[in-house]
Amino acid sequence: MQKRVIFRSKSLPYLLVLPQIVITLLFFFWPSYQALESSFFIEDAFGFSREWVGLRNYAELFADPGYLRSFRTTLVFGLSVAALALGMSLGLAVAANRVLRAAQIYRTLLIWPYAVAPALAGVIWYFLMNPSMGIVAYWLDGLGVEWNHYVNGDQALLLVVIAAAWKQVSYNFLFFLAGLQSIPKSLIEAAAIDRAGPIRRFWTITLPLLSPTTFFLLVVNLVYAFFDTFALIHATTEGGPADATSVLVFRVYNTGFIGQDYGSSAAQSVVLMTLVIGMTFVQFRYVERKVTY
Amino acid sequence: MVENRPILNFITHAALILGVLFLCFPVWMALTASTHAPEALSKSPIPMWFGNQGWENYTQLLSAGLPAAGGVPLGRMMLNSLVMALGITLGKIAVSILSAYAIVYFRLPFRMGFFWMIFVTLMLPVEVRILPTFDVVTKLGMLNTYAGLIVPLIASATATFLFRQFFLTIPDELVEAARIDRAGPIRFFLDILLPMSRTNIAALFIILFIYGWNQYLWPLLVTTDEGLYTVVMGIQRMVNSGESLPVWHYVMGTAVLGMIPPVVVVVAMQKFFVKGLVESEK
Repeated sequence: MQKRVIFRSKSLPYLLVLPQIVITLLFFFWPSYQALESSFFIEDAFGFSREWVGLRNYAELFADPGYLRSFRTTLVFGLSVAALALGMSLGLAVAANRVLRAAQIYRTLLIWPYAVAPALAGVIWYFLMNPSMGIVAYWLDGLGVEWNHYVNGDQALLLVVIAAAWKQVSYNFLFFLAGLQSIPKSLIEAAAIDRAGPIRRFWTITLPLLSPTTFFLLVVNLVYAFFDTFALIHATTEGGPADATSVLVFRVYNTGFIGQDYGSSAAQSVVLMTLVIGMTFVQFRYVERKVTY
Repeated sequence: MVENRPILNFITHAALILGVLFLCFPVWMALTASTHAPEALSKSPIPMWFGNQGWENYTQLLSAGLPAAGGVPLGRMMLNSLVMALGITLGKIAVSILSAYAIVYFRLPFRMGFFWMIFVTLMLPVEVRILPTFDVVTKLGMLNTYAGLIVPLIASATATFLFRQFFLTIPDELVEAARIDRAGPIRFFLDILLPMSRTNIAALFIILFIYGWNQYLWPLLVTTDEGLYTVVMGIQRMVNSGESLPVWHYVMGTAVLGMIPPVVVVVAMQKFFVKGLVESEK
């Protein structure tokens, strides 16, 4: 936790942590407190007066079918993104781990999408699947699938799922590859001597040993899908059509900035904060467990 | 490889090539589409090879921008993105290396308190506390300034943890030696700790640069002045510019320009990138 040998100084350490603490207080704690506070009030549109309403904002939130639907959308979205991104990257990592030569080239070719901003990834897929001239929509049409994400809500959701997963594959790939490379070769060789084929070895050795990595990535992917994809959705479908892609984070923004309903937006913020803190807690519990292994 | 199986080798390479194609294909289409005239992109199927308007499209974008989307030259937006990304990166590194130094090398009352305070920031992404943070920035008069774009984002739990972890691995004998040579804490930090942290700083720099460059929601909130728009956030005005249909050749050109700097950084400094990514998540 701390060094045995340390420097003695009364004021210097405070000076050193000061910038971090000031920024944290000003831009993290104060706003979070404000969100918590204003979630108990109803404010008029001009901000002149406000009225204490207790938990009414929350009650209204959970009675609102639109909000509950957003919960469902977020869950479907998050799980689909995680499943797609994890599945693809696991396949690629297992393949890359098998290749001896050219592994470096494959890795370079597979990791760069990490650097692409979610907003840009979304816009590019939006273009590819544009019903009137997108090339993917054209191919789908050739297969007899009528693609129009401007009208069809499920297709709009699928579009953002694909774009979000596309960007996340590189990240998962790197972690899976690192996980695979830390599996002792002797285990695999021993199984091979016992005549276990590659598929059997994957299911009985590789996959169980990868489970800590997989679980860690699952949490990271869900957090990514829940919170970092705001840009992707805002730059493309804007929550539509008919709220089909309006995930929780998008809703907070929409209620607060567009709808100007501060009380409800604050209540939504608090719900989301609870969600993030819960997920981070789960993640850290797991990290601790990994340390004691 | 444990045994030689030609069929499996074939499948392995096929899967990898398919994966690479899936990842590269969208960007390839963006790249080729950005070199066409608007007519070529108006009807299906659109061409999959380069057109002859590339030079015109990119010079128009970089020098004049899009009238329908505010007419900010993309050169300007790229500069804004660069200032924001570098500001966030350098700010985060400076702020977190200092606080990690204080936490590890000094006897600080309430140390655990500070530690938890920094830790909590990790849990609260901007997205979940948009409105109140916006209020604070407004009250401080930081709307439409570079400071407003940068300062609220430079507290970093991840970077603080990373530096703390690294400092704890540095042998105590170094501090003892430095103190025998009568080096004070500032001297020790500048002459010993900072040079030793070089690789960590480089790794962190890449991750944070990408983080800073790709910011979207924050610039969207605090800038109403078009002269401060960043690329990643500016593209949204081109796609959803209201009545007129999106001008896809320009939109794709913007997307390509917006992804070049971070992608180049990742590919060119791959070793540090992988190190930074894997370590900052521990």
